[in-house]
Amino acid sequence: MMKDPVAHQAAERAARDSYGRLLAILSARTHDIAASEDALADAFARALERWPADGIPARPDAWLLSVARHRKLDAWRHTRVQDEATQALMLLAGEVDDIDSANDGEAVPDERLRLLFVCAHPAIDAPARAPLMLQTVLGLDAARMAGAFLTSPSTLGQRLVRAKARIRAAGIPFEYPQARELPQRLQDVLDGIYAAYGTGWDDVDGADAIPRNLTAEAIDLARILCKLMPREPEPLGLLALMLFCEARTAARRNDAGAYVPLDQQDITRWNHELLAEAEHHLRQASSMQSLGAYQLEAAIQSAHCERRAGAPVPPETLVSLYQGLLALRPSIGAQVSLACALANARGPETGLQALDAIPATDVTNYQPFWAARAHLLAAGGARAAARQAYDRAIGLSTSAVVRAYLNAMSQRL
Amino acid sequence: MQYMLMFYQPAAEFEQRNDASSQAYRASWVAYADAVRQAGISLGGHGLFPPMTGTTLRVRGDRRQVQDGPFADTKEQLGGYFVIDVPDLDAALEWAARAPCATSGGVEVRPVFVATAVAA
Repeated sequence: MMKDPVAHQAAERAARDSYGRLLAILSARTHDIAASEDALADAFARALERWPADGIPARPDAWLLSVARHRKLDAWRHTRVQDEATQALMLLAGEVDDIDSANDGEAVPDERLRLLFVCAHPAIDAPARAPLMLQTVLGLDAARMAGAFLTSPSTLGQRLVRAKARIRAAGIPFEYPQARELPQRLQDVLDGIYAAYGTGWDDVDGADAIPRNLTAEAIDLARILCKLMPREPEPLGLLALMLFCEARTAARRNDAGAYVPLDQQDITRWNHELLAEAEHHLRQASSMQSLGAYQLEAAIQSAHCERRAGAPVPPETLVSLYQGLLALRPSIGAQVSLACALANARGPETGLQALDAIPATDVTNYQPFWAARAHLLAAGGARAAARQAYDRAIGLSTSAVVRAYLNAMSQRL
Repeated sequence: MQYMLMFYQPAAEFEQRNDASSQAYRASWVAYADAVRQAGISLGGHGLFPPMTGTTLRVRGDRRQVQDGPFADTKEQLGGYFVIDVPDLDAALEWAARAPCATSGGVEVRPVFVATAVAA
């Protein structure tokens, strides 16, 4: 059979645009994400067969949903014992109603928010949440994600299978959380998205760790979430935070490919469109007057970018932003960042004291701590100790360019 | 769990070892080895001389075949190893990612077969 590029592209576009939407609807009643994924994969394969001959349907979403639903029904008929099957058929019959009303209406309803809350449910292992969201909402597979989460494809695959089995077996509801649970549950969703972005809340703000290779996908998830929850400020805060980081990607390396720390970056290499968008989201979030950790982190990023306007933020302002962040959400990363902000505002001695106050066992293998300590010791003139700290930071680095940068700093002592 | 981290390096890196201009390269390995030891996870490890210093022996039937060079002629060769004791594969991969050759060659992470002691 000839491969029809137009139908192929239409199927791919439908897959990208509506994968999560369709999966959310397919899984909502049976809670069986794995079976829904199989059915959806079949439906997409069927589309590639049929669309070139029959033409692309008027509503590709509804077509795919209908085919997937029938596949799922067949699968249940074949695999389940009678009692269970009866129950499942009733659930699926309910789905048919959903779909029929969807077909009558303008568009397939958007249930992705429920899916996001399921994926980030506290009953799911924390490390599985981010990949589960990326897989169910955007359709990414384990092999594509494994590197970003620094885990093997087979381990990640097993983790995803276990999580889906757990959702079904534990009966995790596909519901919008209760009002009193909402803040914590929303936090879990946001944390999952940020984990997918990859610098992680544990990284030193402004240290410009290289983002993982799923940044665009994480930003997509945040955009979807913002659209689904337009009255919540924290999703906007998270989106702004990621856009600030994203806007500086090109400035992290100079023409020779060497690492450039944030305060020495060439601001003409920043993406000013993304920065403007980030500022816009941050302003919108703060107009809702409910402060949160992601808004504070975004505000810190915004402050780091202020020298673009020719008016650097006073060092004490950064100190209080970090103190606010630590009060809302304590982390080693924020403690190290606060120490650096203190050093900028009040001198390296004050910064070193703040670093020394962090328990040693928390930072044994934490690279940003050793890099910060080395810089502050060097600034205070303690050359031998600085060199030791640089060595420690070099040994814990995962990036060749960061190693080269730290080595050069150490040599310069 | 015990894992062996096997560091595979391209030929250019073996040549760099004795190059006077590659101070940063050597420093990065020294720093990495120190970090592994200071984390308290090391069960030992060594750097190896370049692959062309190796000699490979095979016995086929009653004949011994001795050959200059490494076991297999591949673009990347084993340059050294560590055996570490960490909770799981993810933790081992984190240490593998810090190895200087992770960006130029690669690191194979393999669980170490530990014979369980037979109760007396």
